[in-house]
Amino acid sequence: MQHWSTTLTNFFTGLGLPEAAALAIAFIIGATALAIFAPTLALGLIWITRKIVSRIQDRIGPNRVGPFGLLQTVADAAKLLSKEDISPTEADRVAYNLAPIISVFGVIMSTTVIAFAPGIIGADLHVGVLFLVALGSLGILSALMAGWSSNNKYALLAGFRVIAQLLSYEIPMVLAMLGPVLLVGSMRLQALSEFQSLEIAGFNIGLGWTAFVMPAVFLIYFISALAEGEQTPFDLLEAESELIAGFHIEYSGMKFAMFFLAQFLNSFFLGAIAVMLFLGGWQGPFVDQLPILGVVYFLGKSMLVYAVIQWIKGTYPRVRIDQMMAFAWKVLVPMVLGLILWQMMALKLPAPTWVQYAAILIGNLGAIAWIVVILNRHFLNEEVRTKRAFEPASLIGTMQPAPPSGD
Amino acid sequence: MPGLDALPFPLPTVQQIIFVLIAGMTVTGALITALAPNLFHNALGLVLAFFGVAGVYVLLEAEFLAISQVLVYVGAIATLITFAIMLTRGMMFGRTSSTNRLMLSAAIISVLFFLVMTGLLVSVAWPEAGAELASSEQMIADLGELFVTTYLIPFELMALLLLAALAGAILLARD
Repeated sequence: MQHWSTTLTNFFTGLGLPEAAALAIAFIIGATALAIFAPTLALGLIWITRKIVSRIQDRIGPNRVGPFGLLQTVADAAKLLSKEDISPTEADRVAYNLAPIISVFGVIMSTTVIAFAPGIIGADLHVGVLFLVALGSLGILSALMAGWSSNNKYALLAGFRVIAQLLSYEIPMVLAMLGPVLLVGSMRLQALSEFQSLEIAGFNIGLGWTAFVMPAVFLIYFISALAEGEQTPFDLLEAESELIAGFHIEYSGMKFAMFFLAQFLNSFFLGAIAVMLFLGGWQGPFVDQLPILGVVYFLGKSMLVYAVIQWIKGTYPRVRIDQMMAFAWKVLVPMVLGLILWQMMALKLPAPTWVQYAAILIGNLGAIAWIVVILNRHFLNEEVRTKRAFEPASLIGTMQPAPPSGD
Repeated sequence: MPGLDALPFPLPTVQQIIFVLIAGMTVTGALITALAPNLFHNALGLVLAFFGVAGVYVLLEAEFLAISQVLVYVGAIATLITFAIMLTRGMMFGRTSSTNRLMLSAAIISVLFFLVMTGLLVSVAWPEAGAELASSEQMIADLGELFVTTYLIPFELMALLLLAALAGAILLARD
């Protein structure tokens, strides 16, 4: 499949431009398209979130501005733009103003390696997956800078909490991303998408998803991605009603909007990475005949994953910070390490491919079953313990059976 | 452009211009690290310098090294340094000075270190990369294979060192 930049460059050289100029123009067009795509997408994402969450809460959601309230987000963006830009007097100017820019920059940069369709990818880096992981560290950096430079102790504390969460969940997430990379043997996102085809009688139905081979690894990635995107049930850093949004408490107007934008885009792109690595990417029926169909499949799957994230947002309660940390370090990390080891051994088995895949699948299902048993026991114990703790101790000795009534 | 051919010096190529920009960024970051009075700004300068070095790697077509640089130095080490600064009460909002009584000895050691490194750079006959570096994707696989075959013992020793550091840190934190 021809890369989009080749097509564009050929078109411009056909118009009589010199080679170098045509190449430069093609890449400027591509970069601009990606940079415009991301904020436009965010408008749609915010609308989807509002609609889904309000449906769950038995409301209609935005319905006044534009058809189906579609322009509500645009109106909100205009409002945020026109707001006064307040910054604390004692804030550290450089870091305070740089933090929102870095947070948006890190997220928009990840569009460069997203494989939309065969041949449509900003840059098919051979270290694409690592590139996405490295961009995650920019998010950590921006949270650190925002929390520190606001000169507000609550923002600083929230900054610590954000970093603790992002660092802890980065480890299981990155290790889970290793699963498909090991299976495919490449870190190029285009290669990962190409691998997940499934031919039945010579026709590619595009259902060779790696999530079918490694469901446990996929679940671990999804849970860690929820935490990385600061989504429910791990949104205790934000907790709008209790913590007034944490590390960006001192930001107003457009700078606040930039953090907001980065957060929405981040959760969408984490879902998109899940689609590329585990759910087949742009694979689907007829994609071999008509490559542009890949964009539809890819965006459709990503939107579906995003909708599931919002569904969870509307239904689940928040976890406590100690539960969150314990879950990352005591459950997810050992589990994903074990699964990766198992997968490495299975892939070295001197057996046909399907036997290796079956071995990986059995390992994954076994891991899920084991964790369910252990967690079930743990929560039963916890329940008994909390019940005991809440019974007033002074009454335990003195309580008598109720006096017999009647005669 | 005929007028430009008459210049007495050759025009810089695009690659050279990019290198100068990246090098300028790295040096700016390094200077902020060494000279800024605020310790947190020092740390941010260090991040800028790390990004600059990653840019140099990209220019040398060593993408894997560049990404690892960002991942390890920006993602882990710089975050760790800023964490340490933030958790040290007096350092966080106070101003530190980059000049004190140890300045002279530090300067001498830095200059000596610079001379040693430069001497090394000039005297060692660096092997030149040829056509064998054709596919960079194969290069990553080769790197991984070398880690578990030829360089197994250094690799494992590094892991042991990190484990010891981890255990030590936990021991210190529990006290």
